[in-house]
Amino acid sequence: MVEQFHTLVVRVENKPGVLARVSGLFARRGFNIQSLAVAPTDNELFSRLTIVVDAESAPLDQVVKQLDKLINVVRIQELSQRDSVNRELILATVKLIEGKEDNIMRDIESFDANVLSVGEKKIMVSLSGPPEVIDEFETVLEKYGIVEVQRTGIVALATIAR
Amino acid sequence: MKTNGGKALMDSLEAQGVEIVFGLPGGAILPAYDPLLDSSIRHVLVRHEQGAGHMAEGYAHATGLPGVAIVTSGPAATNMVTPLADAMLDSVPLVCITGQVASGAIGSDAFQECDTTGITMAVTKHNFLVTDASEIPQVIHDAFYIATTGRPGPVLVDIPKDLVDANNPASHFDDYKPSGHDLPGYNPIQDPDPQEVLKAAHLILQSKRPIIYSGGGILKARAADELRELAELLDVHVITTLMNRGGFPDDHPLALGMPGMHGNYTAVTAIQQSDLLITLGARFDDRVTGKVDEFAPDAKVIHADIDPAEFNKVRSANVSIQGDVGHTIIELIKALKQLLENHERPDWSEWKSQISGWKERFPLVYDEWQEGEGLKPQYVIEQLRDNTPDDTIVASGVGQHQMWASQFWKFNHPYTWINSGGLGTMGFAVPAAIGAKAGKPDRMVWAIDGDGCFQMTNQELVTARLEKFPVKIAVLNNGYLGMVRQWQELFYDERYSEVHLQSDLPDYKKLAEAMGCVGIRVESPEEVQPAIDQANEINDRPVVIDFRTEASENVYPMVPAGKSNSDVIVHPSQGNN
Ligand SMILES: Cc1ncc(C[n+]2csc(CCOP(=O)(O)OP(=O)(O)O)c2C)c(N)n1
Ligand SMILES: [Mg+2]
Repeated sequence: MVEQFHTLVVRVENKPGVLARVSGLFARRGFNIQSLAVAPTDNELFSRLTIVVDAESAPLDQVVKQLDKLINVVRIQELSQRDSVNRELILATVKLIEGKEDNIMRDIESFDANVLSVGEKKIMVSLSGPPEVIDEFETVLEKYGIVEVQRTGIVALATIAR
Repeated sequence: MKTNGGKALMDSLEAQGVEIVFGLPGGAILPAYDPLLDSSIRHVLVRHEQGAGHMAEGYAHATGLPGVAIVTSGPAATNMVTPLADAMLDSVPLVCITGQVASGAIGSDAFQECDTTGITMAVTKHNFLVTDASEIPQVIHDAFYIATTGRPGPVLVDIPKDLVDANNPASHFDDYKPSGHDLPGYNPIQDPDPQEVLKAAHLILQSKRPIIYSGGGILKARAADELRELAELLDVHVITTLMNRGGFPDDHPLALGMPGMHGNYTAVTAIQQSDLLITLGARFDDRVTGKVDEFAPDAKVIHADIDPAEFNKVRSANVSIQGDVGHTIIELIKALKQLLENHERPDWSEWKSQISGWKERFPLVYDEWQEGEGLKPQYVIEQLRDNTPDDTIVASGVGQHQMWASQFWKFNHPYTWINSGGLGTMGFAVPAAIGAKAGKPDRMVWAIDGDGCFQMTNQELVTARLEKFPVKIAVLNNGYLGMVRQWQELFYDERYSEVHLQSDLPDYKKLAEAMGCVGIRVESPEEVQPAIDQANEINDRPVVIDFRTEASENVYPMVPAGKSNSDVIVHPSQGNN
């Protein structure tokens, strides 16, 4: 599933409205965003967006060039699956079904996920990892019944060349 | 030295060399209108903010300088949206200053508050919301820089009322002269990549049926001379899009005129059959390409543009050259001259005689006038063309009259044709003509307008009269939203739906007179030229001529929307092949 998406790491000036400019551009040009994560950088003048773009909706070249025309966009890096590390975080509250408590605990352990909070009928877990692992984990949790789930969307960095 | 936001705004505009601004005051911009009185800047008081925007555009088109408009918040800012969108699509350098409610009131639904930067984000190259008075000199400096460099476009600066209010201590700051720009994300590229230029030169010399497809970028880059030099060096025909009429002289033997939906047969067909499009500052607009998949099917493409986002957007290019198109042409000429030293000149004579054949067989024509008919609009335009100075500036509205003006006028000088191409804004002509006259007071300025368009913005003739801009307006009054009527005739089985305006209301002559202009009505062909002569003699006020034109006249040739350019419909008298 992930292959049809492109990951763009975009350095933007930390100006008011910059997120609206970026999302507005995607909306009016018909580019679909799969996920968008915003974070500060080591330099307070800039922020970093990690945008996963649906490659079906528009040629990547157009997306990049139109983005680049925004005055507040400073640099755009296209990260391919191969040359980058992608991570995502999931938070999920799952039903605790009587008699299946052991199964769910085993599944949580096998993914090395964290248990954050436990109630009588629900359990909250978190896991960070490559998006495909998160997908898999979510599918496993669905068996038990997900009450609530939040995923952060992907953040990515280029792998360090040796 | 201490200054305050309002004074700094005027000083900053003066520092940019601004001599004239178009605007209309109101609450939120009020404090900035006070220091305006002490500045050297001339302010033209419009009757509607849209007028201010289009005047600023007309000024920019005619002079190459950025046009400036100043208006208040809320409804004034929303009235400015159309000119901003127009300037965005036609790459017109524009700086628009809007008042905003006081900083502390932003976000509270205050009186005349609207999210101006939010609303105009999609129709500006960039916009700014000033948050501190001391930013004003830098922001204005940046705004003009962004508007005029790279691909030109509109920039809006939204300034809260308190920041230009001299009575507000927070609007005071130490004056400074901005030096440079802190815009790390904005680095327009001027100079073309020599490798790409060389590739382009090779492609040209390998081609068999080359054509120059030149667009508005030529005028923006002020590269009409370079274009001509290239065309003459290669001896290749030049097509000028609606946005580049005047960018290559129509009286030049290599001129083919306008392509596209209402382009002439030769321009349309030469592109269709070409094997190399030398695309200079043009963007493959859908009104030029028709059905994209069938546009110039055998052509390779050289695409030179300042904006790399245009490359491969509509039509993929074999060679794309980013840079100022003037610089690119100069480099291309050098490369070609060098190659030609050791390269035989390609023989394009067959191709060129094919083009000449089309030109001869399919000139622009229209039916002869018959007794009882309204005036032929094409005849009116020919008479205007032939009875005005060669360098007359023509502004136009949007519709049939616009297409006929582009077709039948002979544009022999750059910056003589001012129209709304990309957005197709009805109502553009009157204010744009006024703006052009403001920028070029010594030139004759005619607007060729439609009756529908004229009714959208004619109130600015009051502005023109009072501010002494003696423009001349030819209303081609066919009593219809003619272009729409034509489509209904041809594609909706003559089912006419809401297109009839009728010619007698308003009474254009009286309307003109009521606005302090001279009004003339022309109903028969022999009155046309005398009326034009009369108008040309009048230099102390605007003139409006109500030309009663034939309602049933259609614009030909025509490529129906979504059809291939190969299916161009010529004038019925030329048959259809
Ligand atoms: C603001 C705006 N509204 C609607 C249109 C759609 N439109 C394009 S041409 C046209 C008719 C223009 O009528 P008129 O000014 O009389 O010119 P004519 O075609 O009759 O020469 C219309 C309604 C437009 N281009 N702009
Ligand atoms: Mg009309």
